Amino acid sequence: MSFPFGPVELILGIPAVAAVLLAVLPGYRLTSWLNVGASLASFLAAAALLVVGRPAPSAFFLIDELNIVFVVLNTFVGFTAACFSAAYIAHELETGRLTPVYLRFYHAMYQVMMFGMNLVLVTNNIGLMWVAIELATLSTVLMVGIYRTPEALEAAWKYFILGSVGIALALFGTILVYLAAQPVLGEGAAAMVFTNLLPRAAEFDPMILNLAFVFLILGYGTKVGLAPLHAWLPDAHAEGPTPISAVLSGLLLNVALYAVLRFKMLMTANPETLAPGPLMITMGLVSLIFAALMLYRRRDIKRLFAYSSIEHMGIIVFAFGMGGPLANFAGLLHMVMHSLTKSAIFFSVGHIAQIKGSQKTAEIRGLTHSHPALGWALVVGVLAIAGMPPFGVFMSEFLIISSTFSRAPFLALIFVAGLLLAFGALLMRLTGFAFGEPTGNLQPVKASMAPLYIHMGLVLLAGIYLPGPMVAWFQAVARLLG
Amino acid sequence: MSTLSFDIAHLLAGGMLLVSFMMIYQTRLYALLNVFALHAVMLALSVAWQAVVQDAPHLYVTAAIALFFKAILIPGALHRIIQRMGIHRQVEQVVGTGATMLLGMGLVALSTVLMLKLTSGSDALAREDLAFALSIVLLGFLMMITRRNAVSQVVGFMSLENGLILAAAGAQGMPLVVEISVAFSVLVAFIVIGVFLFRIRERFDSVDVTVMDDFRGEKR
Repeated sequence: MSFPFGPVELILGIPAVAAVLLAVLPGYRLTSWLNVGASLASFLAAAALLVVGRPAPSAFFLIDELNIVFVVLNTFVGFTAACFSAAYIAHELETGRLTPVYLRFYHAMYQVMMFGMNLVLVTNNIGLMWVAIELATLSTVLMVGIYRTPEALEAAWKYFILGSVGIALALFGTILVYLAAQPVLGEGAAAMVFTNLLPRAAEFDPMILNLAFVFLILGYGTKVGLAPLHAWLPDAHAEGPTPISAVLSGLLLNVALYAVLRFKMLMTANPETLAPGPLMITMGLVSLIFAALMLYRRRDIKRLFAYSSIEHMGIIVFAFGMGGPLANFAGLLHMVMHSLTKSAIFFSVGHIAQIKGSQKTAEIRGLTHSHPALGWALVVGVLAIAGMPPFGVFMSEFLIISSTFSRAPFLALIFVAGLLLAFGALLMRLTGFAFGEPTGNLQPVKASMAPLYIHMGLVLLAGIYLPGPMVAWFQAVARLLG
Repeated sequence: MSTLSFDIAHLLAGGMLLVSFMMIYQTRLYALLNVFALHAVMLALSVAWQAVVQDAPHLYVTAAIALFFKAILIPGALHRIIQRMGIHRQVEQVVGTGATMLLGMGLVALSTVLMLKLTSGSDALAREDLAFALSIVLLGFLMMITRRNAVSQVVGFMSLENGLILAAAGAQGMPLVVEISVAFSVLVAFIVIGVFLFRIRERFDSVDVTVMDDFRGEKR
């Protein structure tokens, strides 16, 4: 095809150009449409990767089975979140929580963040990957603090400090990987290119690689929100604008996880290193149990679902830590399902918090009576995320449990206990939100329900029927991860 | 590699470590900023020396960035911020100086033992540089943890970044892309911090981070 730009260049170029345009253009109507349009265009470019075939890996870009899943998911949720954001921001402008200057800033940062995340996913250079994660982090820090309330500033400050510490650890790990690769691959940029590293990983010094992985999993694990390092996550979710909470939970955590998975592939390629599995299993289980217990004491609806995100990231890291074709498949499926479901939940929570004018759980009651569409959407979303059949989350959790039972029954017991704890907490809160005497504002509202319906429809579809080609594709990725 | 060039590299990296310790016992903010500037000068010198030893001219750029940006520009700007905002000029500590120094020594011992043991295969300059770098990184963490004051946390973070750049410069032939980006990200980070400091001032009339804790969204 004689096209000047390939899909990869478009995935990066569209958000970059859009960010510049959005920074200078005035007006709510124009900019929110531009934001949606740019996100849609990036999604189409990503989808084109599936159709036109993959470009060969270069020194800068790499597209393989693994990151196509991430790229398509990333741009898709980026698009739906932009649609939701258009409706959400209109309300924020009316109530005066956001001024027009901040609106411009918000939209530009949204596209900078999409650019950063897409760059992490398509890059072939581990140094560039680190830079891109830093970029995505900084742009989200700015968005978390955008309301400038004391709470938002504290959340942003905490996120910034913990995020920088994690990023610093990850850079040290990246330098160590280079140091391990340099005697084998020679000096210079070649020793930072992932496709050069992977085939020769077996020749690297295993001790340096071990140390590097510990730094990398702690560093990027901070961004994934794994348990001892999660402290920034609930605050950042609760105090920022809700579209950002949806994107943080649905995308940014995945992007950090992607980095961990890449380095895990490097570790498994070298037989003399520590097995990365036990480390990941431990961190996953600790996150799961801890977050499940924390769910019981939440009094803020966005914090509640932020802890639920920690729980699910724990589940996913656990599945990838178990490894093997089935657990990897289940982990990948769970990641996709969690992204779709959790962002859908945040879409509904965003409208709910706007209607009630509060995020306090005590002030949100009887939603199915006062606002049936939103209320029932929340019920369906929470049932799906808690792992009820027939939704996709149930499928993936079931696969993880069954593959774990056949290999390590004891771990499976802990895992199931964690799931049940979380299930109980979510159900307890849900009955409060959805039923009983309605409180607060009872006026009907204009909400953008389409993104919600699309996400939940996909999750339901995945729970009932997974198309054959998709299964084959995910299986290929699962084999790639080892 | 001649013994002399090796010794000089050691001297400079060791000097950075020493300055890291000096930062721990500063009790006044201005003094802390001056010591941080010294830290950045030491960094510039050791990166420049690496450029000579490795015959890698691009490292001079990194050294220049460290010198002008971190040793002159940032401390100067922070001086002005403190002056203009009338920030309390004492460094509030969570843990006493003596205990922090002891902890710091423990961290240095830990990182030296860890790095020298694990990287026995690589060349001596790289591994010993890395041991110093890890010590400096850990001391930076320690400073961020044991200080309450937002400005001194920022200084701790920047000294941590200095340690990372030392590590990157010590790794033979590490590509320039990364080093420039490190410096660049510090720039970005600084802007962010600057913005935050001003906003924090607007809201709290204090840059003491504990004041912010009172505004936690969720009281237990």
